[in-house]
Amino acid sequence: MIRKGLQLLVFYSVLSLGMMLSATAQAKEYRTVAVADPFLEMHTGPGKGYPITNVVEQGESVQIIRRKTDWFKVRTDRDREGWVNIAQMEQTLDESGELTEIERIGRDEFLDRRFEAGVLTGDFSGADTVSVYAGYKISRNLGIELSGAQLIGNFSTGWLGTVNLVHETWPEWRLSPYFTLGTGIVQTRPKSTLVSTPDRIDQVSLVGAGLRAYVTRRFVLRAEYKSYVVLTSRDENEEIDEWKVGFGFFF
Amino acid sequence: MESRFRFLFLSATLGVVLLTSGCSSLPFFGKTKDTEVAEAPEQVIEPEVERREIVKPKIDTEDFEIAVFGGVMSVEDFGVNPVVGASLAYHFSESLFVEGAAGVTDTEETSFELLSGAAELLTDDERQFTYYNASIGWNLFPGEAFVGRNRAFNQSFYLIAGLGSTRFGGDDLFTINVGAGYRLLFNDVWALRVDFRDHVFDSDLLGASKTVHNLTGRVGFSLFF
Repeated sequence: MIRKGLQLLVFYSVLSLGMMLSATAQAKEYRTVAVADPFLEMHTGPGKGYPITNVVEQGESVQIIRRKTDWFKVRTDRDREGWVNIAQMEQTLDESGELTEIERIGRDEFLDRRFEAGVLTGDFSGADTVSVYAGYKISRNLGIELSGAQLIGNFSTGWLGTVNLVHETWPEWRLSPYFTLGTGIVQTRPKSTLVSTPDRIDQVSLVGAGLRAYVTRRFVLRAEYKSYVVLTSRDENEEIDEWKVGFGFFF
Repeated sequence: MESRFRFLFLSATLGVVLLTSGCSSLPFFGKTKDTEVAEAPEQVIEPEVERREIVKPKIDTEDFEIAVFGGVMSVEDFGVNPVVGASLAYHFSESLFVEGAAGVTDTEETSFELLSGAAELLTDDERQFTYYNASIGWNLFPGEAFVGRNRAFNQSFYLIAGLGSTRFGGDDLFTINVGAGYRLLFNDVWALRVDFRDHVFDSDLLGASKTVHNLTGRVGFSLFF
């Protein structure tokens, strides 16, 4: 019953959001630019694969309706619409007669990023792990990261939540190494098909190192190793190695 | 004697007074600057330049895609049942996107449970199959679909693969998903999606551990924002 209600709620919120978006789109004022190149090529869709069906000549102006990835939907004075690539869009002139400035997310934005979030997966001492992380950078070198992981092993499953201090020593390198120090808790639950023993919650501390590579736009790849010490209530502490790879976005 | 002292005293006082207060009034020391200040010429023409305020309208970006979907999911040994879910994607480029998705379905009794009439293997709670995953998709074969004489819709085929977790039978299972789909864009904002996906995990629910394939066919609507 509750699930049904939730489904309806999701459906209607998506629907109303769509209506709102299309309603605001009609009353909007668009940016107008003039073509400076011999001509501007208009594709039927936002991609290289879509054919060019129209061109706008030098001196004519177009309105920029919207953007999808690196493609811009434009409308000509004669009400024709099409999609223009970012490289050609940057060669147009704005009202002041200068080259149109278009926001390009690149390496500089990556270096000055504040927030980063993503997904990593790998091996946690024999168990599979799927983890989500979110980080905030205090400076170019130093940041804080929260990480939550689900651990799925043959004999037990569990959750791991950690707070990490991350030091990126050479942030400007293409493959930039970073070092982590953190603490958190791990919950382990034996599999239901095996004998039932109570869930366990233990504290962990960790050290780690990893590599981060900027790929394109807001996309980052990373791989990391972490060494955990699980502070158990038994006589001996448990040591665990973890390897993960994944991707993230930055904002 | 006395008069000599008075003379010295007076002359000393005079000297001090002259030195401390008088210096600035003496023509030598107290140079005034009045004569040096040249008067600025009166401005004849006041320029009337109004600065043009150029407010550049922001360009709408539509790189995110939210979708709701429904379809059927075959859970190996546990029947074919309706599945519903939602997903959120971010498009990096015209060809690459990442997507997070979650879905839920209720499974049936296995044939064994139905035929033998024995006790049920799973409780109602354990019978619910929920999954989430993170995947990377690759748009292929972009093109147009023509409907009638005057209408053309953009479309593309995509391959998608990723991993995540499934909760079923009281266990969490590491799950890989692989599939392909088709996206038909009604306009720049709304799209129809048809998607076939295989969710694969290792399960020991029915005794020995084995690789289980769970095929899903689904249809959804998505909104770019």
